[in-house]
Amino acid sequence: MSRFHLYSLALSLTFAGLGLFFYKAFVMGFPLTPRRTSDIWNVEGRVEFVALNAPVKVSLFIPRTTRRFVIVNENFISQGYGITTTAEGGNRQAVWSVRKAEGQQSLYYQAVVRRVDTEEPRTVLRPPKIEDPGFEGPYLAAAQSLIANIRAQSADVDTMVKELIKRLNRPQPDDNAALLLGKTPSLSKKVKTAARVLAQAGISARTIHGVHLEEENRDAPLLHWLQVYEEEQWRSYDPVTGESGLPADYLPWWRGAQPLARLEGGERLNVTLSVSLKQEEAVRAAIESGRIKSPLLLEFSLFSLPVQTQAVYRILLLVPVGAFLLVISRNVIGIKTFGTFMPVLIALAFRETQLLWGIVLFTVVVALGLMVRLYFEHLKLLVVPRLASVLLVVVLLMAALSVLTHKLGLERGVSVALFPMVILTMTIERMSIVWDERGASEAFQQGLGSLIVAALAHLVMTINYVEHLAFVFPELLLVLLAGTLLLGRYYGYRLLELRRFKSLVKGTT
Amino acid sequence: MFALARQLAHMGALGLNRRNAEYTLRYNPRRLYPLVDDKLRTKQLAQRAGIALPELYGVVEAEHQVRNLRDVLGQYRDFVIKPARGSGGDGILIISGRLRQMYRKINGLLIRQEELNHHVSNILSGIYSLGGQPDKALIEYRIQAHPLFDAISYQGVPDIRVIVFLGVPLMGMARLPTRISGGRANLHQGALGVGIDIVTGETLTAVWRDDIVTEHPDTGNTVTGVKVPGWASLLRLAAQCYELTGLGYQGVDIVLDKDKGPLILELNARPGLNIQLANRSGLLPRLNMVEQNRENLIGVEGRVAFAQTHFRASADISGLALGDFRWC
Repeated sequence: MSRFHLYSLALSLTFAGLGLFFYKAFVMGFPLTPRRTSDIWNVEGRVEFVALNAPVKVSLFIPRTTRRFVIVNENFISQGYGITTTAEGGNRQAVWSVRKAEGQQSLYYQAVVRRVDTEEPRTVLRPPKIEDPGFEGPYLAAAQSLIANIRAQSADVDTMVKELIKRLNRPQPDDNAALLLGKTPSLSKKVKTAARVLAQAGISARTIHGVHLEEENRDAPLLHWLQVYEEEQWRSYDPVTGESGLPADYLPWWRGAQPLARLEGGERLNVTLSVSLKQEEAVRAAIESGRIKSPLLLEFSLFSLPVQTQAVYRILLLVPVGAFLLVISRNVIGIKTFGTFMPVLIALAFRETQLLWGIVLFTVVVALGLMVRLYFEHLKLLVVPRLASVLLVVVLLMAALSVLTHKLGLERGVSVALFPMVILTMTIERMSIVWDERGASEAFQQGLGSLIVAALAHLVMTINYVEHLAFVFPELLLVLLAGTLLLGRYYGYRLLELRRFKSLVKGTT
Repeated sequence: MFALARQLAHMGALGLNRRNAEYTLRYNPRRLYPLVDDKLRTKQLAQRAGIALPELYGVVEAEHQVRNLRDVLGQYRDFVIKPARGSGGDGILIISGRLRQMYRKINGLLIRQEELNHHVSNILSGIYSLGGQPDKALIEYRIQAHPLFDAISYQGVPDIRVIVFLGVPLMGMARLPTRISGGRANLHQGALGVGIDIVTGETLTAVWRDDIVTEHPDTGNTVTGVKVPGWASLLRLAAQCYELTGLGYQGVDIVLDKDKGPLILELNARPGLNIQLANRSGLLPRLNMVEQNRENLIGVEGRVAFAQTHFRASADISGLALGDFRWC
């Protein structure tokens, strides 16, 4: 094939790719950048406990639709349990129950939450009934004295609440506050105490508990706020700073003094809340809001696939990017690697393990595997049984590493399980063959080269922007294909070859 | 960096990308690779063509033949057993004599018949072959190394690598074992590569681990100026390998035997590029020259004569030195 043929092919691929890209970006209005703030989150509450071979009843507060957040979709995952939901006093509660259960139990509540900014007027609330805070004896005296103090130093309810919060948060609270708070009070205790003191003063107050909606948090902490009824609505106060007004990404979970979950017929109750941003929805929101026109093209785009499949393609479409980097590293720079695409697959595994841990785990598994492989060498095994034995050892090593790091509290180490073990096995095999044939230094060079290319590919493949472009504009891969084709005809020197041949030039000049 | 690339391009250094794309990919059809990967096939081809190589005493192809190994070996006292698909010198057993029922290895140790049989069984099972496929064991003549390189090699048998392009010997290099290479003549393993003037057969400077040197690292003797005897016949031998395999671009490994002269040891379809360092000149000018004169190159004699008139080592070095001067 002539050069002209290749160049015209590359050129037409580039034009086709870029043309479609520009059309989608500027005519149809696909977003060019990944939007960091999306309007949709997945939230999850996980309830774990040990059942005692008795009737079990678990209740969990769950979020409700508010003026700012709409619960789009809800799921309760609980095998064998009956489930009811109730709403009372501004809270929703899910109650799981079963006649008999034994052993470790896990129940899940999952919801999709969409943030909305409704223009609806606030509904006028009936003033809530003030509950008796139940102070007695010295506590009552302390509360009354505290109320007298703050009342004297404030003008209205707002300043009074702020003054109370300030006093409760002092490093050395005065005697009254100290008595009410007890020793080393937690934040939630402070909020509760504030609510009770305000009730004692005849002001309606309650605590509100919720989570901060962020990109990803597998163990989202509960954040407590103080709410005070004032001028026919609830006003929120930060229990530490005293600032009023809830942040926009605060999802209220429940209100009041009761605990998040209650359990009958079991023990060791543990509740974990998690939130994660639904990234793919950024584009979907644009589609739904009609900002993206021409639905026909959408019908046949990746967005028409089920969400799980979309998630798979989000990663798969990055593989060509990694492969392109590999071509550059090998044919232009001249870095030696094991196997052709091994570094790209390792880079994919790094996504889950994170770079540093990935490199450490990879090195440990390969080093240990190599030692075992060298020992197997003495047993004079045939190739396929030998490979299978190394694979077996690699799996065992990975399991052992997971257990070990877990016991040591290094949770990241557990992710060693995500390494493609067949790739690890082949790496060990290749490395030991290279070691045999070309010596240890060559083997280490290639091992190091593979790691460097994998790390590089990982760094590029995790750039948010790259991921977004590859998924929303897959036609850009045509441009990448054109580049790869052109590199296929790069017959010049590799960068590292220059160093190797340097003495050639020195010798003659 | 670009200046260096330009200089290298100017002196015609061949890089890996270009070697793969324009030479091995174009001139070495994949179907011919088995001819050089399997030493038995190479040997049978060569024997039929009457090309000199270490005499084949026998082949063991199946396990049941191992029992008759003693009869196969018969009266031979001095021989080598090697795997047909081995690489890097693994699995080669060298026997230099016999003592009653025992065989004496080259290092003086005696081994029994059973141990010898076991080694052959191992070869057959594919331990030494790269893909791990079942292999064959070759029993052949033990080379008596010519004393020519004795002063500048450390144990082992040195050999001469000749790059042959379309039947024209382009460049030659003696590969001398060192202590680091463990007696093996493989540059990757630390052997010394000494360039050889294709016209005169005299050694030039050497490359050792990508550096240019003039002395053997172990013996300390200078490596330049050694004249290879029968150089022209050695080149003819190398040139004949083109017709033998049909590979356009190949590396021919030749050993010098004390009694039998140059013998083909092995052929290589992807010879390395360090030979350029040892000869201090690039392969590209010579490759181009051969491609341009392709029609005029007829017969082994004609091709060797072409090489010996055009590829004078000193000529292209001095010419390039002048050229470089202009570039810098």
